[in-house]
Amino acid sequence: MTAVALKGLLGRKFRTILTGLAIVLGVAMISGTFILTDTIHKAFTNVFNVSYRHTDAIIAGKQFVANANSIPTVPPSVLTRVRALPDVAAASGSYLFDTVTLVDRQGKTIANGGAPSLGFGIDPSQARFNPITLASGHWAQGPGQVVVDTATATDKHYKVGDAIAAKGDGPVKPYTVVGLGKISGVSIGGATLAVFDVPTAASILDKHGYDNISVAAKPGVSEKRLAAEIKPLLPPTAQVRTGSQQASHDAAEVTAGSNIIKYFLLAFGAIALFVGAFVIFNTISITIAQRTRELATLRTLGASRRQVLRSVLLESFVIGLAAAVAGLFAGLGLAKGLNAMFVALGVNLPQAGTVFAGRTIIVSLVVGTLVTLAAGLFPAIRATRVPPISAVREGAVLPRSRHAHRRPYLAGIVMLLGLAVIVQGLFATSGAGSVLGLLGAGTLLLFIGVALVSSYMVRPLASLVGRPARALGGAAGRLAVANSVRNPSRTAATAAALMIGLALIAFVATLGAGLRNSVKDALGKQVKADYVLTPSSQGSEFFPAQTASALGRLRGVEVVSDIRSDRANVLGAGTAVAGIEAATIGRVYRFAWKQGSDAALSHLGSGAIVDSSYATKHRLGIGSRFTLQASNGATQWLTVAATYHPPQADPVLPKIVISRATFDRTFPRPQDSQAFVKVEGGASAARTAELKGAVAAYPDAKIQTQAAWVAAQAKSFDQALNLFYVLLALSVIVSVFGMINTLVLAVFERTRELGMLRAIGLSRRQTRRMIRHESVVTALIGAALGLPLGVLLAALVTRALGSLGIGFHLPGQQLAAFVLLAVVAGIGAAVIPARRAARLNVLHALQYE
Amino acid sequence: MSVLEQYVDAGVRPAPAPSLSVVSASNLTKRYGQGDAHVDALRSVSLEIEERRMTAVMGPSGSGKSTLMHILAGLDQPTEGTVRIAGLEISSMSDAELTRLRRRHIGFVFQFFNLLPMLTAEENIVLPLSIAGEKPDRQWVEALLETVGIADRRTHRPSELSGGQQQRVSIARALVARPTVLFADEPTGNLDSSTSKDVLALLRDSVDELGQTIVMVTHDPQAAAQADRILFLADGRIVKEIGASTAADVLEAMQEVSGR
Repeated sequence: MTAVALKGLLGRKFRTILTGLAIVLGVAMISGTFILTDTIHKAFTNVFNVSYRHTDAIIAGKQFVANANSIPTVPPSVLTRVRALPDVAAASGSYLFDTVTLVDRQGKTIANGGAPSLGFGIDPSQARFNPITLASGHWAQGPGQVVVDTATATDKHYKVGDAIAAKGDGPVKPYTVVGLGKISGVSIGGATLAVFDVPTAASILDKHGYDNISVAAKPGVSEKRLAAEIKPLLPPTAQVRTGSQQASHDAAEVTAGSNIIKYFLLAFGAIALFVGAFVIFNTISITIAQRTRELATLRTLGASRRQVLRSVLLESFVIGLAAAVAGLFAGLGLAKGLNAMFVALGVNLPQAGTVFAGRTIIVSLVVGTLVTLAAGLFPAIRATRVPPISAVREGAVLPRSRHAHRRPYLAGIVMLLGLAVIVQGLFATSGAGSVLGLLGAGTLLLFIGVALVSSYMVRPLASLVGRPARALGGAAGRLAVANSVRNPSRTAATAAALMIGLALIAFVATLGAGLRNSVKDALGKQVKADYVLTPSSQGSEFFPAQTASALGRLRGVEVVSDIRSDRANVLGAGTAVAGIEAATIGRVYRFAWKQGSDAALSHLGSGAIVDSSYATKHRLGIGSRFTLQASNGATQWLTVAATYHPPQADPVLPKIVISRATFDRTFPRPQDSQAFVKVEGGASAARTAELKGAVAAYPDAKIQTQAAWVAAQAKSFDQALNLFYVLLALSVIVSVFGMINTLVLAVFERTRELGMLRAIGLSRRQTRRMIRHESVVTALIGAALGLPLGVLLAALVTRALGSLGIGFHLPGQQLAAFVLLAVVAGIGAAVIPARRAARLNVLHALQYE
Repeated sequence: MSVLEQYVDAGVRPAPAPSLSVVSASNLTKRYGQGDAHVDALRSVSLEIEERRMTAVMGPSGSGKSTLMHILAGLDQPTEGTVRIAGLEISSMSDAELTRLRRRHIGFVFQFFNLLPMLTAEENIVLPLSIAGEKPDRQWVEALLETVGIADRRTHRPSELSGGQQQRVSIARALVARPTVLFADEPTGNLDSSTSKDVLALLRDSVDELGQTIVMVTHDPQAAAQADRILFLADGRIVKEIGASTAADVLEAMQEVSGR
């Protein structure tokens, strides 16, 4: 029996390969994701291991507030005291992985997408602490000298001796490139490096004291002992970690980041596998139906049901395993593709040698094989129901399942259950993880329910979407529509696979349209400026405060109201805080007051304006007092002066707003995140040019009209949406394989009939057209099921997100485009089967049994 | 002496007990549909199939001859009545029991051969044994290959064999497990007259030389002329029975039956 199953597979090579392809892509996505994220992770760990290779202890400022703009520096006096310790071999104060932007000859910042611009201050005499390797030239010694990374130098045509500009926390300053270097053994994506000597770095970064003091112990002194000896010497704003603690601490941060990417991508792999399971299920079902006679013959020869079950499952197993192996290796290529996609979307991820972990191999093979086996289980069970008498009956077909009549009820129950789980997730659960989990599970059930019921909808839908085929396709078109309904459950399963991808795409598009509109709305309600000043690149969140003052000095500029931002600990949690210019903010920003009024702005003092929902949550009212702890540990008492409720879709200001004076007094390094500008006579082309000229000196900032700014904000989702589309396209491709499969099998099954049609005068062209139309009708049924389902899901989700101010908006144009996409998918899927059908030799086809 | 006879004489295959009924049916009725719309394909048919003989079942189309054979072979269930094969009552058997029955007691020869296209001739022949998990007796398989005359084509696939060759492979497959009874369903229905002759001679030899019991449904007088006993069915009843006859006699009997 084993031989029968395996030889059967070999005898149907083309069909077997097509079946397997449905799983290959899903597995490739999973293995590719693991390979990519493992590789990123290794690259980062390499950076840290290299950086802390010879460091036994590292002293750094204590981080009081998570994700704050700045961390306190370590006073130079600490270095002197540490050096005096008997167990210390060497110690060096430095700046590691700080932010310094390089500026090119045209005055533009050199930035590769969202990759970081790294700045270092390094003492070249303490080579052991230095993560950078010099490729050519020499280390920076003295002001005006800088070492840049080799990649940037090649890219932007800089060589040793050239002039380059750079900026840290102040204006742009000119430097000379004296050397080229890189972090040893690692490509850090698009990150740029600017390496100075320590005093120059301190000046460009505008820092007193060091970011880090790296310490090496004398031989025989352990890391732990060294750290323990250093600890008493430190001020309360500093802390010490051993070299290995620091490396694992930094690696842990990266792991958290790469895990997000990993689970995100794995989710799409899972979707592709789910669609693949549908395709496999359908393909195996069809091949079983076509082999009814063969299976019945095996039964008459004495094969038991169990043997039939085992032989069909063995086929699934072999297909699954082979596809999983292919997918595993395809993942190597896909990992490169995913990386390229992130680069195209402006996210440069660091690279090291490709990591092909044992876990990747095991998970890919197990998942691919199990999914195929699970998808093949149901057809295998049906195969066991083939009665032996089918061996002697002409045109034997699979018996209807005993439970067939219960299917509509089952489908109804599954759909209702799915909806119930979705609603439960959206309206009655908190915590992003469980909401997403329930939403995913509910959607899965809903898809299965719709797929179960879809065979009953094939006839009406085919008569609807088949109209163009009947009208335009002539005889071939009419035959095609009739063919598409002759086996409704087959057409339904084929269309259901496409339905899943299209439903998810429609869901994303509808949600995106809602987001985009809500953001436009929200920003329009809040801001009434002519121009908006923002950070110039996505990577940076701030620009120097001088930028706004420079604009304020221009003639014709009425108001420049800038917003300071940072994070602070408030009421036990890290929270964003803004500092506003109370005198001018009212002219560019509309506060939607809940308690209090514009009057609160005129005497804000050490008062705070608090988001009303935040206030309710923390039981704050006008006059309530609370403390705020800034990133350097300093605290400040604040009194609630007013509460306001900004549109939740895109609040311009955070939950806590204080006066600029209080802000600058409390936070160590006040920086602007935005500034709103009003000019005489409103925005005009001439004015735009003038303001742009003034901002040119500050490469960190960018000025645009309010309209352009709003449009850009609304468009900021587009990248994310595009990412979703690309990843969901994978599922659509899998379902196209399913369509090819079904059609190839149908052509094979109808060989004799096709011969007859050709014999009575159907031309090759008409034959191709017939297959093509059938394919398009199937695809359109998928679209007719999927698109409304996606819109419905989006409507439910936006309903649940109502409290966040996100509304529902039907993206008509995009939905029309997706229908077109379905048609294209249908035509594409028909190419191979149509060619096979047209190539049939009429005489052979007629004799075929 | 033929290869098979040598094999039998070698005493490997024990000689079967003298003539006894190996298949017996009593009061078989097969009813399709219910109420006024029902059709009786078989009406209270009783018969005994004797061992080591070839019994042919004839009748015009719709007479119920195929239904009778399907029920005798355990492929279909009678509405009423019982069937015993080798003394075992089969109409109440479970699927697993029927599977065991097929492995030990029943061989099939089909009109359309029903060979597995991906297996070679030899693999097709030993398939019933491998399904039952038994090791093929090499000598026996060689003897069969020799007898059916495809020893030199054992590695060919069905698509590379002529219709007559395919049917001979199929007969070898039916004989390989030495079944109690071999059911042949229109074995010559898909063959031309000269290849039909070879196939029929082969079936006849298996009765004469191996003592194989055969039940054959056919409407071919040439085929029936090979049988030891011929049953005629019409309207679901056995209406006539004759002993070994010439094709001409069979034809005459047939005309008599259908003319009634």
